[in-house]
Amino acid sequence: MKKLINSPDSVIADALRGMAAAHPSLAVDLENRVISRAGGATQGKVGLVSGGGSGHEPLHGGYVGYGMLDAAAPGEVYTSPVPDQILAATKAADGGAGVLHIVKNYTGDVLNFRMAAELAEDEDVRVVSVVTNDDAAVEDSTYTAGRRGVGGTVFVEKIAGAAAEEGADLDTVARVAMHVNEVTRSFAIALHAGTVPAAGKPGFDLAENEVELGVGIHGEPGRERGAMAPVHDLIGYSLDVIHADRPISGDVLVMLNGQGGSPLIELYGAFAEAVAWIEGHGGRVARSLVGDYITSLDQEGFSITVMSLDDDLLRLWDAPVATPALRWGR
Amino acid sequence: MAFDAQTATAWITASEAAVKADEARLTSLDAAIGDGDHGANMARGLAAASTNIAERAPSTPGDVLVAAGRGIVAKTGGASGPLYGSAFRRAGKALGDAASVEAPVLGAALEAALTAIKELGGANEGDKTMVDALTPAVAAFQAVAADGGPIAAAAAAAADAAEQGLSATVPLQARKGRASYLGPRSIGHEDPGAASTTLILRALAEVTA
Repeated sequence: MKKLINSPDSVIADALRGMAAAHPSLAVDLENRVISRAGGATQGKVGLVSGGGSGHEPLHGGYVGYGMLDAAAPGEVYTSPVPDQILAATKAADGGAGVLHIVKNYTGDVLNFRMAAELAEDEDVRVVSVVTNDDAAVEDSTYTAGRRGVGGTVFVEKIAGAAAEEGADLDTVARVAMHVNEVTRSFAIALHAGTVPAAGKPGFDLAENEVELGVGIHGEPGRERGAMAPVHDLIGYSLDVIHADRPISGDVLVMLNGQGGSPLIELYGAFAEAVAWIEGHGGRVARSLVGDYITSLDQEGFSITVMSLDDDLLRLWDAPVATPALRWGR
Repeated sequence: MAFDAQTATAWITASEAAVKADEARLTSLDAAIGDGDHGANMARGLAAASTNIAERAPSTPGDVLVAAGRGIVAKTGGASGPLYGSAFRRAGKALGDAASVEAPVLGAALEAALTAIKELGGANEGDKTMVDALTPAVAAFQAVAADGGPIAAAAAAAADAAEQGLSATVPLQARKGRASYLGPRSIGHEDPGAASTTLILRALAEVTA
């Protein structure tokens, strides 16, 4: 397996050095592995912190900047960050108005963020945590660890970030974040598994005529295998699942996201199918993102995330943002 | 023999060696129903436990286990870091500041570790997690200890019970952690967390034998 790396052990350190060099707007703490805004925390503004395993770039470090996150804590590849690291990010984000932790619902992320929040409270930083769980592929029942936090996390970070930038207090920003999570659903299909650098081979094997349906963002297999089909059918399957879980109607925000290994030309083709499906079901795609926003290393495939828009959400989505990966209006 | 700081330290060292020796197996178990990093994460975490013990040079077995737990939490990440870290820390606290303890107290410490894991992770027996290895192991340890048996015999019984608990995870469908997303497809595999728990308990039996 050929990879653009020096060694599996240096992947994250090398990437962080590169991010620091590429983006003067970021302060990158190589020792603690914390990415924060170069100007430091904004006094009086609620701080936003997220983090998780690495390998999902640009999530989360690429979303640090005006209008989104104040700090991010990248863990090892596909492994949540550790409590001390999240604490360091929390302190870097604290402008005196408290800090919101945006946590994807994966057991490791939830546990490490919970321990970090306790450490932060010990240091008199008020922390409220919002756990995202927008994955429509997983049944939320007592028989699973609950729905996974996936693509909707990007929307939560953008919209909660805009609310914080407007001066909303911590409880309000948390409510906005939870609301975004509630009105958002995602579904993903993989054609070929990503390769964790330390493992050196794909996380699972798929035959030429197979796809993994309902895959998560850590290369973990989905719930079932299906037959490879034209993108029209794969998008239709995905939107059927989302629609059955939370009906798609009215104005929606859609993210057609690549998993890191599918070319943009394919993602645009997939997006065209998604727009046709949604319009055919009486909805309207009012805003969209097409590209790699929450990846799984070099995994081939897509995820699609649909959020119901109202006036408030639309205003917050359109609000200025200036991060390495999302930038408009400023 | 009693369980003192030296034995506690030897336990962590032996656990680190056992996990390192079996890193590839843990990783492949995790690749089957998780994301394939359990071996690397446990090796990193237990190495950090050893480093933290060496730096702090604790003089009681309780402090050794607390230092191990802190090292694990600080470096492991994932779910294993908080779960194993809290388990060792809580076990260490249960030992108090005694210079050495006998089987019943060590049994109570192992039970405290099990309680910590269940509280933090929310898992119960049958969910296909490390709890399925640790629960029968604690019961077996305490049964031997209650009969006045020495630590060596209790630890050997605990390791045997953990191995049986590990085998019993094979037909289970996972209900916690990342494997739960597979639903019925998680059936037919050993749980990697139960496998690492078994290695750690076997290491305890070896250093107390």
